[in-house]
Amino acid sequence: MTETIKTDVVIVGAGPVGLFAVFELGLLDIRAHVVDILDRPGGQCAELYPEKPIYDIPALPVVTGQQLTDNLLEQIKPFQPTFHFSEMVTGLERLPDDRFLLSTNGGERFDTKVVVIAAGGGSFQPKRPPIPGVEAFEGKSVHYAVRRMEAFRGRHVLIVGGGDSALDWTLNLAPLAARVTLLHRRDAFRAAPDSVNKMRALVDAGVIDLTLGQAVELIGENGVLEAVRVKRDDGSTHEIAADDMLPFFGLTMKLGPIADWGLQLNENLVPVDTEKFETTTPGIFAIGDINAYPGKLKLILSGFHEAALMAQAAARRIDPERRIVFQYTTSSSNLQKKLGVA
Amino acid sequence: MAKITFIDPAGEQRTVQAEPGSTVMEAAIRNDIPGIDAECGGACSCATCHVYVDEQWTEKVGGPEPMEEDMLDFAYDVRPTSRLSCQIKITPELDGLVVSTPERQG
Repeated sequence: MTETIKTDVVIVGAGPVGLFAVFELGLLDIRAHVVDILDRPGGQCAELYPEKPIYDIPALPVVTGQQLTDNLLEQIKPFQPTFHFSEMVTGLERLPDDRFLLSTNGGERFDTKVVVIAAGGGSFQPKRPPIPGVEAFEGKSVHYAVRRMEAFRGRHVLIVGGGDSALDWTLNLAPLAARVTLLHRRDAFRAAPDSVNKMRALVDAGVIDLTLGQAVELIGENGVLEAVRVKRDDGSTHEIAADDMLPFFGLTMKLGPIADWGLQLNENLVPVDTEKFETTTPGIFAIGDINAYPGKLKLILSGFHEAALMAQAAARRIDPERRIVFQYTTSSSNLQKKLGVA
Repeated sequence: MAKITFIDPAGEQRTVQAEPGSTVMEAAIRNDIPGIDAECGGACSCATCHVYVDEQWTEKVGGPEPMEEDMLDFAYDVRPTSRLSCQIKITPELDGLVVSTPERQG
């Protein structure tokens, strides 16, 4: 286990609102650690709609999710946040001295005075394929990620999907597995053309199988898979023998471990006040799509406002003695120095 | 206005009035049609507004664009008439359109 990081603030979520929180905290001299389950910043903007135009960011008539993310990263650069990507905050414990101990699934630990939950719709997790009873096979025969390739040596592996993950693992496991079958709904793939060509070459060489159709039933007992029933476009079905199934159906958002932190929840949202955007637990704030209050609108611009007010309250909690003087970035040489423009 | 009829898996029909220019998904959400989740709010990013277009209407509605086809990979029980309702723009020609909602969304 790595050493516990002692800090003033941990922001859970690196979406637009989490990123802007770094800015508002930074103006008040508070440096933040930011944890996100994705492997890059941007949250939904990066994962769901990097190319889609957004039209309701003030003063930006049109901006894509990716541009917005890039701009925010540029804006917060002076405040040097420490990012922890591909990690999910799993545990939150209250410490006796009014601090919090956060732990991640990657074994990181933070001892922090303030927690800012900017988790949007929750954490991105692999989408469960819509096959009845799939839960019973998860962890034993159905895997959403490959942790150890060796685990598939000599096995009959059925990989489902047409994107990069499906194709990459088809190519990587082909030499190792007894047999790899790639199952996809149609004979067109979203994955990189190079991977698709390599996959087709392996099919032509008789090394792997490609089957078109949709998995409709898992056959096996006690979580041990034997075969998967596949439905073709014409409605007919057939079985494919398989020891393991690797479905790659993209990501979906789940509230995740936040539900276990002892916070008051209201339909998977975290109620906050509208002065500080603090939860019912002093020291834990919630901003952006994850919070709830009367009149709440799930807009990025609302999240930005919430970040600004949260930062003021967080600063008072971190140093109750401190007198916070309200300043403008246009005129305050103090703020401009922090931004590196003075 | 255009009339759109949604048929649920049990066969129950619900007909709503939809404004040309909006989408079939928006018409469903505005009228609380069950079986359309539309998690991503119409960004063609989630495949939870999946519908089957009635065979009589498939030609007028047309087929999915490549990006929508990609998203349909994530939907449940995809059929030749499957579309994501957020990608069907309502036009006066679609007055009377009939779509069915699937047993479940993703």
